[in-house]
Amino acid sequence: MLEVAGISKTFNAGTANELRALQGVRLNVQDRSFVIIIGTNGSGKSTLLNAVAGSFFVDSGAVKVDGSDITKWPESRRAKFIGRVFQNPFSGTAANMSIAENLALAAHRGRPRGLGWLLEGTLLGRMHEQVRELNMGLEDRLKNAMGSLSGGQRQALTLLMATWSRPKVLLLDEHTAALDPKSADQVIALTDRIVKRDQLTTLMVTHSMQQAASLGDRLIMMHRGQVVQDFAGADKKRLRPDDLMARFEEVRRAELLDESAAAMLRRVYV
Amino acid sequence: MSLLVGALTLGFIFSLIALGVLISFRVFSFPDITADGSSTLGAALAAILLVNHVHPALATAAGFAGGFLAGALTGALATKFRINGLLSGILVMTALYSVNLRIMGRSNVSLLGAATFALSAERAGRAVLGSATLSVLGWEVTPREASMLLAAAVFIVLAGAVMYLFFQTNLGTAMRATGDNAQMVRALGVNDDHMIILGLAVSNALVALGGALLAQYQGFADVQMGIGMVVWGLASVIIGEALVGTRSLGLSITGAVMGSVLFRLLVAIALRMGLNPNDLKLATAVFVFLALITPSLLKRMGSLRQKSSAETSHA
Repeated sequence: MLEVAGISKTFNAGTANELRALQGVRLNVQDRSFVIIIGTNGSGKSTLLNAVAGSFFVDSGAVKVDGSDITKWPESRRAKFIGRVFQNPFSGTAANMSIAENLALAAHRGRPRGLGWLLEGTLLGRMHEQVRELNMGLEDRLKNAMGSLSGGQRQALTLLMATWSRPKVLLLDEHTAALDPKSADQVIALTDRIVKRDQLTTLMVTHSMQQAASLGDRLIMMHRGQVVQDFAGADKKRLRPDDLMARFEEVRRAELLDESAAAMLRRVYV
Repeated sequence: MSLLVGALTLGFIFSLIALGVLISFRVFSFPDITADGSSTLGAALAAILLVNHVHPALATAAGFAGGFLAGALTGALATKFRINGLLSGILVMTALYSVNLRIMGRSNVSLLGAATFALSAERAGRAVLGSATLSVLGWEVTPREASMLLAAAVFIVLAGAVMYLFFQTNLGTAMRATGDNAQMVRALGVNDDHMIILGLAVSNALVALGGALLAQYQGFADVQMGIGMVVWGLASVIIGEALVGTRSLGLSITGAVMGSVLFRLLVAIALRMGLNPNDLKLATAVFVFLALITPSLLKRMGSLRQKSSAETSHA
């Protein structure tokens, strides 16, 4: 469903702040697969998601969704295929507009916007129903401004918006990292329910080893702009948070070794 | 009395400019000062077509279309060429000064004797009301003044309603959302650049429409007439927000119209009380300045008072 073919991205190329964020990332995601992405800070997890979403264009490589090459598509055009939830609960919703207006905007994701009424009867009916399923008591407050809600409520609604019309790929970028633990658990439960119900092809970045171990059917670990580990099927099922911590430690040690080895080689040969 | 009726009529006509400013400054948070040029553009296009015996409806529509293009140009400079928004407006406004001179061929065009909307309104008014002076609540009003006021009011109510309805459509809501959260709008498949271009186009179309009607009401178009329009529009929007708040777009639109009318009345009263017309723009700018800083000033004073009362309670 999603094919990431050796993409690279360097920010601030040629300056002192040069950052090689993605270095030839390859990733093939099967239809209906739920992929968890973990990695150290600055390993390129979020950059990978942004590259797929089209927040910037990659320097080389290609991104394909369901056979369409979207590498050169601007972000707004890719939205036809892609649903997104951001880390910041304020990024995914318009604070000064009502809950109903936000949801209705999302219901038209990827379709041209004409002069038809935004809020029409059948849509409002479905909205009421879907929002009630969140169990947050928001179904009677559809006319309230989005800005009056808590971060957790907004993130739950953003998730609803991103999946309202079934996306070919769902991107979740640490979407619970900014929430309090209780709201985070609620949003994770909702994520699991929606992804399973609609059998969505999903990429989810997380810092929580708990979430990484319990969710998804595949897990990849990123480091320095590359995919360094890939667990699928039974291997993924067996993973526990402790195993993941151990793997992190391994990656870190391997890197230390590399660096000291390189230093030794330099001393000997240069 | 004619002073009051004239102020009301002008207030209604100027509220088109306030509505345009409402779209750029409030809906998009885009400080668009193209309006100073596009209001004159609307007036110039309408005036030159009217003296060439074009139907007033067509001439006014041409003014509207001219403003639409000018706004779209500012939007394109700001989005496609990534030029600072304020500078984009300045560039287009400056260019429009020459364009307006080219259109009119000279620095002002008189509409004396031309078949304008003002004349149509006056004729219709005379047909309905007769040509005797009217007495409204004991005030003497000529049929010409009364019919102009009525025509302007009806026109603005229609324009406000159309604007309100437009912003409830799929397209209009996407435009509002762009001003609120551009990142979200892109993630939902809307090209935010296109929304800004279209939004500024609609904004300046309304402003130019105001200019076209103003020229017909006052009987001439002048290349200098647009100076200060943005600040006048902003003053109206701010007064409107003080009057009715900003809870919904419907209220904001109503407020902008009310603000414009009230502002014109204040101006008329100030002039009557001896304000030198040359000082009008200075007074307007000072007014907008005060209106902009008052909220934060009140907040600071409030927190100071809280602090001092907290200190006394400690003591």
